Amino acid sequence: MRDKAAVTMSDASPPWRAWLTTDTPQSRLQARLGRAWTGWRTFRRNRLAMAGLLIVLALVVVAALAPLLAPHHPYEQDLANRLLAPGPGHWLGTDSFGRDILSRLLYGARLTLMIVALVAVTAPVVGLLIGTVAGYLGGWTDAALMRVTDIFLAFPKLILALAFVAALGPGIENAVIAIAITSWPPYARIARAETLTVRHADFISAARLQGASSLRIILGHIMPLCVASLVVRVTLDMAGVILTAAGLGFLGLGAQPPLPEWGAMIAAGRQNVLEQWWVAAMPGFAIFIVSLGFNLLGDGLRDVLDPKGD
Amino acid sequence: MVKRCLGLIASVAVTLLGLLLVTFLIGRVVPIDPVLAIVGDRANADTYSRLRMELGLDLPLWRQFLRYLAAVAQGDLGQSVLTSRPVLEDVLRVFPATLELATVAVVIGAALGVPAGVLAATHRGSLADHAIRLLGLVGHSVPIFWLGLMGLLLFYAKLDWVPGPGRVDIVYEGLVEARTGILTLDALLAGETDVFWNALHHLALPSVILGLYSVAYIARMTRSFMLDQLRQEYITTARVKGLSEARVVWRHALGNIAVPLITVIALSYAHLLEGSVLTETVFAWPGLGQYITNSLLSADMNAVLGGTLVVGSVFIGLNLLSDLLYRLLDPRAR
Repeated sequence: MRDKAAVTMSDASPPWRAWLTTDTPQSRLQARLGRAWTGWRTFRRNRLAMAGLLIVLALVVVAALAPLLAPHHPYEQDLANRLLAPGPGHWLGTDSFGRDILSRLLYGARLTLMIVALVAVTAPVVGLLIGTVAGYLGGWTDAALMRVTDIFLAFPKLILALAFVAALGPGIENAVIAIAITSWPPYARIARAETLTVRHADFISAARLQGASSLRIILGHIMPLCVASLVVRVTLDMAGVILTAAGLGFLGLGAQPPLPEWGAMIAAGRQNVLEQWWVAAMPGFAIFIVSLGFNLLGDGLRDVLDPKGD
Repeated sequence: MVKRCLGLIASVAVTLLGLLLVTFLIGRVVPIDPVLAIVGDRANADTYSRLRMELGLDLPLWRQFLRYLAAVAQGDLGQSVLTSRPVLEDVLRVFPATLELATVAVVIGAALGVPAGVLAATHRGSLADHAIRLLGLVGHSVPIFWLGLMGLLLFYAKLDWVPGPGRVDIVYEGLVEARTGILTLDALLAGETDVFWNALHHLALPSVILGLYSVAYIARMTRSFMLDQLRQEYITTARVKGLSEARVVWRHALGNIAVPLITVIALSYAHLLEGSVLTETVFAWPGLGQYITNSLLSADMNAVLGGTLVVGSVFIGLNLLSDLLYRLLDPRAR
């Protein structure tokens, strides 16, 4: 059945597909797009990974359109309707201030996405820089940088993040900083390992003979090669970032009320969890689904981009 | 072999030093003035500067760090503002509770994770394999504190299978003398079987939830080790010899992955100590995690950093232990 479909597809394949799948690309752009296209086809076959992608896309859409989607204002209190059970009007119920939980969850998606995005653009960049420099320069630089990396790796992440938040003061920005500080070391390790494999390659020697500086070689030739494995790792780590941020919020050290951060919402629902379970349960589901989405997506990406891995 | 172990210990010493440097620096960047915290904001300038000198805060940073190292080496982690006791004393008092929780959890994690991993490897691609993998993904995605709350809701409030939060029922509190600090053990030593069963009952839910957290990791590692072994020729030989499949899998293959498995379990033990921070908060478990969070919320920096230092050291110690075990037990690593 599938073979038949493939045959009919290739018969009727539009010229753009042939252009993408050609064995003799005419330009670098064409080769890259072709590679991306084959990767996408592999990825698309993995149903779980597609589900993950959909969840992550849904998070982005919800975050972007929260004001349009939310039936109520996230901070609007209605003390006459406190702790309402899920039902019409308030699909997921209301919290102890009578605020609509669904609306708060939808707005909370913005905070989650912000945390994820901020960590994703800081920690891997720092790790990439440290790892590639250590790997390329070698010697004492390598030893010193990797020692520092090992020290940070030796810490339990959450405890270290707690200590940093304690030092910086509670708040969502500080939580992001603390998480970023604790999550760069694995990226440095990966980037260094990748750098070591290409360090003595001919194209690097060629670049050096042409007079390229170390900085230029690292930035222009080595870093781009490390990006694929880092992307996989970042995606897989995002679930952990979400969970840590939620944990900090739950302990009262992350986002502060009345911000609709999901972990803090669970903490707020904790007092009445035995009677009004939905107040704490709903944000937990949201965290669970989103981190599952990132995990599934990361797993699928690993299969496509980094087939060497387990 | 000895040389390599010494090298390992030296690198751990450097790591420990780094840990101390980090806790020291965190203590210095805190916006809380340690002098003001002691003398209060009504003290005159004279008292203030005298205490500042006594605490060594006028010294250059590296001298302060050396003083800090000397103090820690003597077991002086400072005074807790919250309990007005030495931090080390506090930490030693609460640590056994965390140890108890994490130990039971890792036993549960290994007891479920290893068979699950073996099953997934021997039935590769089967429904069980996929189910175990999916379960692992779910385990990595669920916030543990939320799972704890939902567990309490279901098993305590709705089904009444387990007692509520805390380490033991209030009526049993303070009945047994704290000899080891591990309540179940103390109760047995004192011959108080009622207290023992009650404490065990209280331990059940938090340790299962914490244990589930490590099942995923242990199962995944077991599966990949196992797949490696099952491809080896000695497995074929064992099968050709006519050994039963159970013996081939559980005795020959599992026997050969025992060493790396021990290191994996030791590592997940270290991670459980960390995971207990959130679990303890949910279950009102009077351990190190709860101590650190309570201290954090009352800005008791000595206690926070002391607790962080202890958890960090245990973490590093367990990592070292698993590394040494690996080198000692596995002839190939020598």
